[in-house]
Amino acid sequence: MNAVEIAAAVQSGTRTAVSVVDEHLAMISQREGDVHAFNLVLTDQARAAAAAIDARIASGEQVGPLAGVPVAVKDNMCTRGIPTTCSSKILEGWKPPYTATAVERLVAAGAIPIGKTNLDEFAMGSSTENSAFGPTRNPHDLSRVPGGSSGGSAAAVAAGFAPVSIGSDTGGSIRQPASLCGVVGVKPTYGLVSRYGLIAFASSLDQIGPFTTTVHDSALLLEVMGGHDHRDSTSLPSAMPPMTAVLGHGVQGLRVGRITNLPDGADPDVTARLDAAFLALEKEGAVLVDVEIPSFSFALTSYYLIAPAEASSNLARYDGVRYGLRVDDVDTAQMNASTRSAGFGAEVKRRIMLGTYALSAGYYDAYYGKALKVRRLMADDFAKAYQRADVLLTPASPSVAFPFGSKTADPLSMYLCDLYTIPSNLCGHPGMSVPFGTGADGLPVGVQILAPALGESEMFRTAAVLEASMA
Amino acid sequence: MTNTAIDTTNFINGYELVVGLEVHAELATKTKVFCSCPNMFGDEPNTNVCPVCLGLPGSLPVLNHQVVELAIRLGLALNCSVHSSVFHRKNYFYPDMPKDYQVTQYDQPIDREGYLDLPSGKRIGIERAHLEEDTGKSTHIGGGGGRIHGSEYSMVDYNRAGIPLLEIVGKPDIRTSEEAKQYMAELQEILIATGVSDAKMEEGSMRCDANVSVHKPGTEFGTRCEIKNLNSLRSLGKAIEYEARRQIILIEDGERIRQETRHWSDVDSRTHTLRVKENADDYRYFLEPDLVPIVPGDVWIDAVRQALPVLPAARRHKVADAIRSTITDETVIVLVERGWDALLFDCIAAGADPQRAATHLQHNVPPDGPTPTPATLTALTKLEAEGKITATQAKTLMADIVAAGGDADPASLARARGFEAMASDALEGAVDAAIDAQPDAWAKYVSGEEKAMGALVGAIMKTTKGQADGKAVTALLQQRRSTAQ
Repeated sequence: MNAVEIAAAVQSGTRTAVSVVDEHLAMISQREGDVHAFNLVLTDQARAAAAAIDARIASGEQVGPLAGVPVAVKDNMCTRGIPTTCSSKILEGWKPPYTATAVERLVAAGAIPIGKTNLDEFAMGSSTENSAFGPTRNPHDLSRVPGGSSGGSAAAVAAGFAPVSIGSDTGGSIRQPASLCGVVGVKPTYGLVSRYGLIAFASSLDQIGPFTTTVHDSALLLEVMGGHDHRDSTSLPSAMPPMTAVLGHGVQGLRVGRITNLPDGADPDVTARLDAAFLALEKEGAVLVDVEIPSFSFALTSYYLIAPAEASSNLARYDGVRYGLRVDDVDTAQMNASTRSAGFGAEVKRRIMLGTYALSAGYYDAYYGKALKVRRLMADDFAKAYQRADVLLTPASPSVAFPFGSKTADPLSMYLCDLYTIPSNLCGHPGMSVPFGTGADGLPVGVQILAPALGESEMFRTAAVLEASMA
Repeated sequence: MTNTAIDTTNFINGYELVVGLEVHAELATKTKVFCSCPNMFGDEPNTNVCPVCLGLPGSLPVLNHQVVELAIRLGLALNCSVHSSVFHRKNYFYPDMPKDYQVTQYDQPIDREGYLDLPSGKRIGIERAHLEEDTGKSTHIGGGGGRIHGSEYSMVDYNRAGIPLLEIVGKPDIRTSEEAKQYMAELQEILIATGVSDAKMEEGSMRCDANVSVHKPGTEFGTRCEIKNLNSLRSLGKAIEYEARRQIILIEDGERIRQETRHWSDVDSRTHTLRVKENADDYRYFLEPDLVPIVPGDVWIDAVRQALPVLPAARRHKVADAIRSTITDETVIVLVERGWDALLFDCIAAGADPQRAATHLQHNVPPDGPTPTPATLTALTKLEAEGKITATQAKTLMADIVAAGGDADPASLARARGFEAMASDALEGAVDAAIDAQPDAWAKYVSGEEKAMGALVGAIMKTTKGQADGKAVTALLQQRRSTAQ
């Protein structure tokens, strides 16, 4: 059952929230040992929350649009009194005294947090192999990665541990694992969902979004989580574009763009599915147009300067002074160094060093400064493209799920996983991955739909049509 | 260099002192700069804290509107232009900084290019005033002499973390320690008058670092040292003078001044090396991505300008005009500093003699007690002007008035004390009696020995039981002498 169905059943009394939670807990106890989607399963808390929902329904109270829907939460979002680790040893044991706005709003709508999901440490990675607590496996093939960094959240939905989950996307961390796990994954417009309580990786790029089995569920989750939050200064004051309301509007006359200069790198089985998607949309009345994004090929390099630069500053606070891990040493500065040496994994250290270097005096202009220029250039290029197209289609990931260890020796090959997803983070635009058939070895392939800022309505209309064409 | 003639009176051994001050003022807001914790001094440590000011993972800053308002207000008071501005992150590790970066303004500060006029008329340039968050307060225990290096352990109070600060960067236009103190005093008055800060140096809500260098006139500025830990005007003056001499001695010995940060110690009245800045620190500034630009707009800036109170300098001019003095006069400075200028003008409006009213306020009213009402002070000055009481008696009555809470009838108080005006013929009689009684003193006085007058005045005061007006006595004696000569 998907979230819309569960909420309807629970609200109408045909199912209890407790039975929904128990069913998912049963799935977890069956397969979690193999998949390792969770850092923590909230068995008792979820049952108690479900019982409370059932009690409210029994007493005739109004419940929200996600009543009784279990939700898996990426373990980089704060949950009051519940360990929040970012899959890092440096935060092991830390319990936040507050809950992230997005989680708070889901809970207020009746959703039930069922667990905290695994991720690449501090969301840095594309395979969940960088977790300090071991990797998550792809439910479609346990010898392969689920993608990342939100691999746990994608796998949890793909394995049926939860009907929906939430993740964060800084360079593709929702869309790439969604593609590899065969689920819907959405990165909304920057500022649509509050970042309050999301532990920062790269603040100007991070956005929270949903993983679901249906396009409708994703639209519903975004409508619940989104909207202005006074606790996040970058939260948009404007009203959200309609999403659930436009799902049936079709794509008649919608201009769907193909990027003619898209960088090479996608496998043939993936591009085949992309071609199929264009055809499916054209068949439903969409107008196919060609657009050029000249700066597209610079996206990856500028991203790997901007994101690490922000990360080097955001992760400075893990110094052993106030919370989390502390490794004692002769003085404060040495204690800081020893704590960080022991607490951070190799990829996190690599990015802190990259970012520190990019911001250093004498290098700032050549690296970070130049990356910011590319970012502005790219925004201009996309603005021009969106004069001719309403949405753009690209692969979500260059390949289907890959085997464990196949990219860990070469960081650059891992970074290339985000080749097609990064531009929308740099521009603050929405993007989503919709499952669209299978590729090599029968593994899922996602198609990415890109739209301009606050173009969620057109993006979801397109996604709904692609989803329907697969049915 | 300035285009005016060089005034060499303040030179030390032929060296000119060059000082620029960086002043940190804590803003008098209700809450902190990026969260809603109270902005309070002296509370139990680590009680005014929340996830935001503790920099807990996932927390985000939201700019306090009142902070911007006060920054605009100070900018206008210091004749700065107010700009759209942004925040940057200044990255460095220190345990009292919760996020290990400070949110501050870097190359786009809110207030730019202004000036402050000292009471002497000397203009000191203001380069900028920018907003930033304060850090926590560290206390280092054992071993290290109050510093982190060598201490046994340290405690941090994060109540101060996130208190809004304005850093006011003055240009190196100051040439003497006295000017430095005047600049601080004037800035302090402006901060208080505008309600921007309570500016208490002793509580740390106004702090100052001094950049000090020396050079021979006509040559480039010397290498500067930054002096920290200046907690009073006295320390500021002493530290600048000590530092100037230290640098001159080094130069005279043929040594080079190292650019460094030095710590002033009140204990041994010296500056000590804190850290050497051979290379500039690399703070890896970059735009703070968790905040949006501050764009105040002309409407807001104009509204703040309209609501700006009259500033101390203008108030001093008004007082000086009223009492026919200069604005550097001690009386003028004290009255404005204590905020009694309005009271003075009320008295003048009620018919008081401006000079007498000002003199009473400056000398005979304690700064922290009750003040006389305009009607009371006016009535007192009138009794005095009409010759019904002497200046000495008026001073006594002023003490009675203050003791009574400020609102009293001076005439009743005078009667109660038995103060009566001496008729002029009675006074003349007393003067003549004193001359007759002390012919030696009189002869000396007539021959030009001014000191001899003391004995005569003393005798007159004794016979009149202190009711004679000292000035009237002196005038009479002078008059008698001129006819005797």
